[in-house]
Parts: sequence; structure tokens; C-alpha cells
Amino acid sequence: MAVCVAVIAKENYPLYIRSTPTENELKFHYMVHTSLDVVDEKISAMGKALVDQRELYLGLLYPTEDYKVYGYVTNSKVKFVMVVDSSNTALRDNEIRSMFRKLHNSYTDVMCNPFYNPGDRIQSRAFDNMVTSMMIQVC
Amino acid sequence: MEAAAAGGGCGSGPPPLLLSEGEQQCYSELFARCAGAAGGGPGPGAPEASRVAPGTVTAAAGPVADLFRASQLPAETLHQITELCGAKRVGYFGPTQFYVALKLIAAAQSGLPVRIESIKCELPLPRFMMSKNDGEIRFGNPAELHGTKVQIPYLTTEKNSFKRMDDEDKQQETQSPTMSPLASPPSSPPHYQRVPLSHGYSKLRSSAEQMHPAPYEARQPLVQPEGSSSGGPGTKPLRHQTSLIRSFSVERELQDNSSYLDEPWRITEEQREYYVNQFRSLQPDPSSFISGSVAKNFFTKSKLSIPELSYIWELSDADCDGALTLPEFCAAFHLIVARKNGYPLPEGLPPTLQPEYLQAAFPKPKWDCQLFDSYSESLPANQQPRDLNRMETSVKDTADLPVPTQDVTGDDKQVLKSTVNEALPKDVSEDPATPKDSNSLKARPRSRSYSSTSIEEAMKRGEDPPTPPPRPQKTHSRASSLDLNKVFQPSVPATKSGLLPPPPALPPRPCPSQSEQVLEAELPPQLSRAPSQAAESSPSKKDVPYSQPPSKPIRRKFRPENQATENQEPSTVGSGPASAATVKPHPTVQKQSSKQKKAIQTAIRKNKEANAVLARLNSELQQQLKEVHQERIALENQLEQLRPVTVL
Repeated sequence: MAVCVAVIAKENYPLYIRSTPTENELKFHYMVHTSLDVVDEKISAMGKALVDQRELYLGLLYPTEDYKVYGYVTNSKVKFVMVVDSSNTALRDNEIRSMFRKLHNSYTDVMCNPFYNPGDRIQSRAFDNMVTSMMIQVC
Repeated sequence: MEAAAAGGGCGSGPPPLLLSEGEQQCYSELFARCAGAAGGGPGPGAPEASRVAPGTVTAAAGPVADLFRASQLPAETLHQITELCGAKRVGYFGPTQFYVALKLIAAAQSGLPVRIESIKCELPLPRFMMSKNDGEIRFGNPAELHGTKVQIPYLTTEKNSFKRMDDEDKQQETQSPTMSPLASPPSSPPHYQRVPLSHGYSKLRSSAEQMHPAPYEARQPLVQPEGSSSGGPGTKPLRHQTSLIRSFSVERELQDNSSYLDEPWRITEEQREYYVNQFRSLQPDPSSFISGSVAKNFFTKSKLSIPELSYIWELSDADCDGALTLPEFCAAFHLIVARKNGYPLPEGLPPTLQPEYLQAAFPKPKWDCQLFDSYSESLPANQQPRDLNRMETSVKDTADLPVPTQDVTGDDKQVLKSTVNEALPKDVSEDPATPKDSNSLKARPRSRSYSSTSIEEAMKRGEDPPTPPPRPQKTHSRASSLDLNKVFQPSVPATKSGLLPPPPALPPRPCPSQSEQVLEAELPPQLSRAPSQAAESSPSKKDVPYSQPPSKPIRRKFRPENQATENQEPSTVGSGPASAATVKPHPTVQKQSSKQKKAIQTAIRKNKEANAVLARLNSELQQQLKEVHQERIALENQLEQLRPVTVL
């Protein structure tokens, strides 16, 4: 199950970060932060080609013994990072992809709200609900 | 019994009450009603059933607020009462507070000052004028009161509830002889309160009265004229309109308790109309949608916080497309109004606000126009007394509005939609209301639901004729501008002769030496002739004046025109008046006074002609400007087409 979900802005500051409060959240924040480097690395590797060819789903960024970290980048360089519990081995790539797709859709819905200024923290309840469902459902 | 015990129990509260038997009975009954109603109105439930917390019985703020409102006391008094009785301090209406409050109400109604000391003496029972959805009016005996159904948490909506109270009190004030200087028929309140349903106001009293934004004082002068007109049903739509004319914050009134009874999320007909008209003001086509930025500016005027607005948007934009269709817009509007009235925002979009439901429930309101027109007929007559007040409130309201919200909203006049677009670019700097705005509002008597008057002011200003073209110089490219020269010419001698220099377009003020010239120009038929004709005629008469002194008064009028068209030196003109003055001092003096008026008239005529010419000129120049613009655009296009070839 998704233990932590984070939305990082283009400038690498978090727009939204949420984790299941089972243990110290700081650890997840740290993991997300370190994973940004990996994300950048992957982006730059693909960056030589035109942007269109770059795939949004980055896949497994790096595994630790307890967790796996997956990444996803939008065309506007907004990054979604998801930390998943390693114990849940049944999680397939497809599922992760679908989760990211849902995240992306919700994110665009947030963007559509004219009262949302890009760069603000995401405070949309709909987004929260979606993330909650994701964190619970996948487990 | 209860009161004494409760009074003794809370030592830190208001001083212990001593209630008579009758009072105790009344108060306890009232309290039971208020507390009972707090439970959602499940019949005359026992107070125990509605205990909010074990061991304490509190009366819900909503019923209490309504009860106080029914006492017909002014808002300030009710505020004082609430404070004195300690409800504010403890945050709820316990028995003690409630009884003290009732006692204070009785005191206030008896004309005593609202003080703790007042309640120590014997007082009659407080009187409550009931006004409920059911329309029953009870006078006198509070025991007949019904609990109200407003379920509003006291703390969070204290202000709102008291505002509503105030509004209604003000409304009722105008009818209660003790409170109001206005002589409204006392029977109007019942009628007034009963009518709401028939008019589509679920709560007319609240709807019409909720015209008050935070500052009550601003509304005070308003309420009175409105109260006076509240007598008849015909004025209710009027009031509705005037309320609509308020700033955005006023919209609360409409929603307020519109389905008050069970569903605050139900949109009434009136609200629907209002929303639709607002929609139209933003977007002429009802089947199209409003873009996000437009809607954002509009809703920002409601002065709700951005997160709340964001949430409301989330709720109402069902398809998340960043634009609002008409049902979505109505839902959003409704939510905003509800929020402003203190209702907490729902977790999800209520079923009655779903777009499908709204579309089904309310077919495309083509009839809005007619209704509005019918409303508007009654408006114009009453616009004037309100203008100033409206201005004041609009000033206060617009002061709060962020500047960027100017460019949309506020102008709900359907007819003026097109002009809104024109006026938009001119809006930004025109925030504060001016007397002009009231005039502009008068000029548009249609029922305008002004979400903000600033837009109309700005619009009106934008629509005002552009500033008159600057006084043209003497030399003009247009040869036909005889008027100008003709107009200028007289002024030259004036300056030459040392008289006060009139503005270029005006003939010189009559003076002994000048009056002749001006008088000469007075003959209407000749003056009304086209400048060209004057020019033609002038050369022929040029020599005449000099040779025929007796006929100078008639002929000389051409001299100025003459010299103007031919651009003769001022010296000739200067010599003219000088000679004229010397030749005929006496006869002219006698005629001066009578002819001065004519001179002025001719001057006016000249000015009008000058204006006409200038206007023509202006339009021609504008056309030229457009052509030049088009050329420029064409050239730019060409450039762009050529450019990619060169740049790569």
C-alpha cells in the first residue's frame, strides 16, 4: 500500500505530501527528498530526446529494504513520488501506473480550479480524498 | 424555580433573577421550545430529548435568535441583552442566560434601558411577534411561540444570526411605532411575513432584510426607506431589487433561509432568477459557460476566503473543466450565499445542487426577462431615494473589493452586457463610487442585481461620452471649420481689447466695444446657416459694413465670420470694433442690455455648431486611425510571413 504520497513542484519544493502515520513521518519526507535526485537523473537521461518522447511514468526509483519508491513526472515537471511498502509484493507495475494516473487526474482537477494558484500547497479536499483512498485501498 | 436555582448556581453569571410565577412559567416554556427546537423540531419534545450535553440544557442559538428577533427590538439592544445575560461569555444559552435575556427583553420593550438593574423590578412579560414559515402571527403571549428551525451553531454564526436578527428587527422596527419614526401600517408585518412564500421568498423578512453587510449603520438609512415601502406586496420585488442592487455581500439575504426548514441547499425560484441574471451578466449565453478566471473574479467579491472559495468551486464544478455552466454556477453561487449566511460547507455537493437536478428542476428561464422587466417598472420610482444610500454602501463595499475584481461582475444588467465589455478596460481605476454612479444607476432602472456597484460606476463612466476634444487650435486642417474660426475670431478682439479672455469656443463676454460684434452675429437665420454659407455671404458683405454705418448692426455679424474664414489678421478685426465703438457709442449702449441675451444665445448656437464640427472631425479622425491600424496589422502580417524565411 502506498505509505506516502508526495507531489513535488517543478522547483523541487513539495506541493503536497502525506503519509500514513504509522511511524515517523520524517523518514518518509527524507526518502522523498532523496528520491528527487533519482528523478532528476532519470529526467535528464531522457531529456536529450524531445519532451514528447519522454515517458511520464518513471518506474521504480530505488528500493530500500522496507520500501520501494516510485516516480512519475508530468509534462510540466511536477513530480509525483510514491513510497510503497515492500511487504506488499502483490503490487504490480500496472497498479502503480494506474495509481499515478489517478494522481495525475486529480492533480489536473486541482489545477482547473481557478482559485488555485500554481505553486500553492494543494488543499483540495477532493485531492485529499483521492489520496486517502489510494493509501487505504492498495493495502 | 429553575431560574432561581440556575441563577444561584452560576455565581459568576448575571445576578440571580427573581421571577414571578407567570414569568417563570412563560420563560420555562419558551426555553423548552427553544431547546426543543434545537433537536431538529421533532414535535414538542421534552427538553430532555434535546439536551446538548448531559446535565445541561441549552437553547440552540437559532431558535433563540429568532425568538429575540421576534421581540422586535433593535439589533443593538439584542446585542446588549446577549452580552448582559452572559450567553456570549459562556457561549451558549443556558437557562440562566435565557431567562435573563427574556427579562431584559421585557425591560427593553417597556422602554427601560438594558441594564441588569432593570430586571430587578417587576416587568410585564416580553412580547414576541412571531413570524414563521407557517405564517402564523402570534401576538403577546410568548407561550404560543414556535421554536424556530434554524439550525445554526451559535458560536460560529453568532454574527450572522444577529445580523439576521438585526435585519428583521429593522424591518419590524419600521413597523413598530415605538421603534421607528416611519409610519408603516402595523398590519404590514404579518402580511409581509406571510407573503414570502407566495412571492417565492421563503423567508421574506430575512431575504429582504439581509441587505446588511457587516456595518449595520450603513444599512440603517436604507432600511427606513425600504421599510416604508414594505407595506405592499408590490414593493417586495422592489425591495428585492434594491437588495440586489447592493454589493455582493448582500446576496446572502437571498439564500439565507430559503429552505430553511429542512434543506438549506434548495434553491428557490427567486434565487434562481437572481443567479441566472448574474450568470447572464457574466456570460450572455445561458447555455454556454463561464470561464474560470471570470468566475474567480466574480466570486472573490463575496469576500470569502480563498480556500473556501476553492472548495466551493470543487464542489460545484462537477465536470472539473475549469468552467461553470449555468447549473454549476447556480450551485456555486448558492453555496457561497449559504456560506456567507453561516452554513458550514457540505462535504459533498448536496443532491439539490447537482447540475442534473438543477437543470431538471429549473428549465431554461426565458421568463426571467419578463419578470425582471416587471420588477424594474416598479424600480425607477424608488431608485432615487436610495441612490445616495446605495452609494454609501457601495462605497463601503467597493472599498473592500480587490481591484482585479472590477473587470467582471457587478453589472447584472442584461442589456448592458455589451457595454460591459467595452467598459471593462476602462474599469480598473474606477473604484470609488461617486454621485455619478447614483445617476448612472438611476439611468438604468432595470432590476440590476448589482453584485457590486463599482462595475456599474466604472461602466457608466466608460460609457460617458469621451472628454470633449481639446479645444482645437486656430489653424485647422479642415477648411470647413468656419465655426471654429468664427468662434475664435470674436475672442481675439476681446483679448486685444484687454477684456477677460474667454475660452476659445466662446464669444467674448459682452463689453461695450465687443457687444456690437456679438450683437451683429445674433441674427438667427444667418447664424444657423452653414459656415460655408456664411463664408460665401461674408465676402459680399465685407465692404458693406464700412460703407454703411447705419446698417452695421446687421452687417457686422458677417465681419467676424468673414475675417475668420479668410483668416484675416486680428488687426482688422481689432480695428473693426474700435471703429464701431467710436462711431456708434450711444445707440449701441441702449441696445446692449437687450441684445446681450441674444448674444449669449448666439454664442450658444455657435458653440453647438462648433461641437458638431468637432464631433464630425473626431469621427473622421477615428476612421483614419482605424484604417491606419489595419494597415499596420496587414504590414505586420506580411512581416511575419516573411520572417520565418530569414530567421532559422
